[in-house]
Amino acid sequence: MKKAIKMNEEQLKKLRDEEILIGLEKTRWQRYWKLIKKNWQVYLMLIPVFLFFYLFRYRPIGGILVAFKNYENYAETIASSDFYGLYAFKFIMFGPQADRFWQAFRNTFTLSTYGLFFGFPIPIILALFFSEIRNEKYRSITQIISYLPRFISTVVITSIIALMLSSGNIAQAPGVLNSFFTRFGWIEKNTPMLSMPRYFRSIYIISDIWEGAGYGSIVYFAAIMAISPTNYEAAKMDGANKLDQIRYVTLPGMAPTLTIMLILRVGQMLNIGYEKVILLTMDRGTDIYKTSEVLSTYVLSLGGLTTGASQINFAAAADVFNSFIAMFLVLGANFISRKVSDTSLF
Amino acid sequence: MKRLDRSELIFKIIAYVLVTAFVLTTLYPFIYSISMAISGELAVTLGNVVLWPVDIQFDAVKALIIGDRAKSFWISYTNTLFYTFYGTFYSIVISVFAAYALSKTNLIFKRQISFLIVFTMWFSAGLIPTYINYRSLMVNNRWGIIYAFGVQAFNILLLRNFFKGISKEIEEAAIVDGASDFQILTQVYLPMSKSAMATVTLFYALNRWNGYFWNMRLVQGTEHPLQVILRGITEDAQNTDIITNYPYSEFSLVYAAIILSIIPVIVVYPYLQKYFARGVNIGGVKE
Repeated sequence: MKKAIKMNEEQLKKLRDEEILIGLEKTRWQRYWKLIKKNWQVYLMLIPVFLFFYLFRYRPIGGILVAFKNYENYAETIASSDFYGLYAFKFIMFGPQADRFWQAFRNTFTLSTYGLFFGFPIPIILALFFSEIRNEKYRSITQIISYLPRFISTVVITSIIALMLSSGNIAQAPGVLNSFFTRFGWIEKNTPMLSMPRYFRSIYIISDIWEGAGYGSIVYFAAIMAISPTNYEAAKMDGANKLDQIRYVTLPGMAPTLTIMLILRVGQMLNIGYEKVILLTMDRGTDIYKTSEVLSTYVLSLGGLTTGASQINFAAAADVFNSFIAMFLVLGANFISRKVSDTSLF
Repeated sequence: MKRLDRSELIFKIIAYVLVTAFVLTTLYPFIYSISMAISGELAVTLGNVVLWPVDIQFDAVKALIIGDRAKSFWISYTNTLFYTFYGTFYSIVISVFAAYALSKTNLIFKRQISFLIVFTMWFSAGLIPTYINYRSLMVNNRWGIIYAFGVQAFNILLLRNFFKGISKEIEEAAIVDGASDFQILTQVYLPMSKSAMATVTLFYALNRWNGYFWNMRLVQGTEHPLQVILRGITEDAQNTDIITNYPYSEFSLVYAAIILSIIPVIVVYPYLQKYFARGVNIGGVKE
């Protein structure tokens, strides 16, 4: 290969000269046109992605207008409905049903705060433990198994949760976890745990950890593996026991990764997956909403996408509110991440 | 072998014990699901199955594959295969083209184009505008589902970052030999990006295989994918409080459907996992 490059150096020079010539064109647009003609295949390759992003990512943004209009039926066109100003925003936040909006708002933050508090440290601890396992075969097998749930669908996971926790009826004994909890006296016999607001958060967060902790440990494991063994040797010389080593070598060594992951996670606080919440709570009565309804499921329900009745403009108003706060959280997180660690998502 | 001091030894033991416990907890629901799917009706309805199958029978599995529950199940299974196959292909083609173009240093308006793609990672129009858009573009049939979903900014950036790292010398040699951009992409870039391609393919395919909400919402009965039907079977089983005259419990049927739905994932997974751990780590996306 090296030889071929040398032999063709003259041709390469010709190619580069061509680019310089393009650089000498009179106007910017003439230059661009020459460049496009020269590399037309590259620009052709951009057409599909432009079409996709225009149709399915940018075109919907115009639909935000719905929040400011008297749009009550999906059969209407957005342009034909009357302008309503900020009425929908006022209505959802201060109107007679404002409690439901604020409840969804609070639930969103409560759920993600608990998720952060319990869900954030566990993959880190898991990665620490994985790094202790020196038997390569055992480690890679346990790692591969631990990532697996991340690849299983939300429907399957929520179905398994529903059946394992089911309270049973005449035709069917309670699910295996339900009877396990009953035996230990944690719940009364035949408690329908999934219909009770008090259990929702635990179920949601524990199953999230079951699902994501193994996969989440990949990043931290890579960070731990990147720490040079000589650092541990040096610490041991100074008489550090294992906990000291973790505290003074491992944790500082993975600090950049920890910071970025924490910041990114905070940036995602509002984006609670609606699919899982819907699947866990669908057809379980409205009582469960007290803890389970988050902003996205509130929007879907108000917008008639999960229930029959719809108040589309109110749903859209909550939606816009949610999108903008989410955007500021992500941007803020990214900004801080760039400041503290030079690393950012964008 | 170096000598371990006491604290290291204790920590190692704890690590082995807890990792093993974690892995067993991860595996338990899968083993339990298999056991429930193939246990006898009485054992299931009485709640006698805890870990291993009791009174093994395959009536529930048979009912789904060839029996009276098979029809809608297989229709949805074929639908999901259709969505996954064409959908993944569609997403990959668009993403690879975009990533290749964006990896070129002399692309004009490169910053602006990258921004248009990255912007969708911070801001989305929201669920209601998205739904209105799907309605107005008639995304209500199987091809609509293929076209309207699937391209994710994150995956484009992941591929682009990988392409950027490919040695320019080889590329220049190919240019000198008169290769076009399509040829460079397919014959130089793609063979050198196996792990990134495997990761992105896995992500796209899983999204298609596992997708639920919009599929349920946008297409009708016979076009519903597996996940929607699976959800329906779960609902029915929980609401059945009469003793049916099938030779299996309704719960077994759900677990059998679950197992059948995850078999392709489990089969493909071991081959792809060696790539994605690497792929995930190059995803440290930066502009």
